[in-house]
Amino acid sequence: MTDLILEVLSWMSILGGLFFMIVGTIGIVRMPDVYTRLHAAGMTDTMGAGLLLLGMCFQAGLTLVLVRLILIYAFLLFTSPISTHALASAALSGGVEPYTVPADRAGEFNSLNGGQNS
Amino acid sequence: MSLAMTRALMGPTVYDRVLAVNTFGTKTVLLIAALGFLTERPEFLDLSIVYALINFIGTIAVLKFFEYRDLGWTRPPEAGSE
Repeated sequence: MTDLILEVLSWMSILGGLFFMIVGTIGIVRMPDVYTRLHAAGMTDTMGAGLLLLGMCFQAGLTLVLVRLILIYAFLLFTSPISTHALASAALSGGVEPYTVPADRAGEFNSLNGGQNS
Repeated sequence: MSLAMTRALMGPTVYDRVLAVNTFGTKTVLLIAALGFLTERPEFLDLSIVYALINFIGTIAVLKFFEYRDLGWTRPPEAGSE
């Protein structure tokens, strides 16, 4: 019974991790700017990798493999925000302007700003 | 992984390429770990730990190079003509 529950949990988290991976990669291809692409890549790093490694943890059980999986996740958890921050600051100092609303579509967002101001 | 490779090949700036290569490396780490599970060889997890560290150090090294050697401006002219 416990084995069945663990199996179902691990497959659910592995499938969720794969979903987040695919969504993040589609976001990397489809987003308009470096900074918005960083958002999609962060989604891949945290949710995708976290859920996949969680599913593998459920499969592993209480062994030394679990320690290694937790180590991998700890390394990813430390290194992915650092590299994302370094990438964003390097892009900013390298002269890439952030993407803003194009001038011909600015009217669609005026109502939001007016609602906040009044 | 192939979609990340697409962005790495067609990305307009250097930073897009670095970002795509970083994502590709993360996916390779997870692929190595999953391969170790599928083939019942837990030594692969050590390989993926090492790969995660090398991926991070490589990303930081490339970014430092492009930030301090003043090679960051590689924007093509059609992206700036708004």
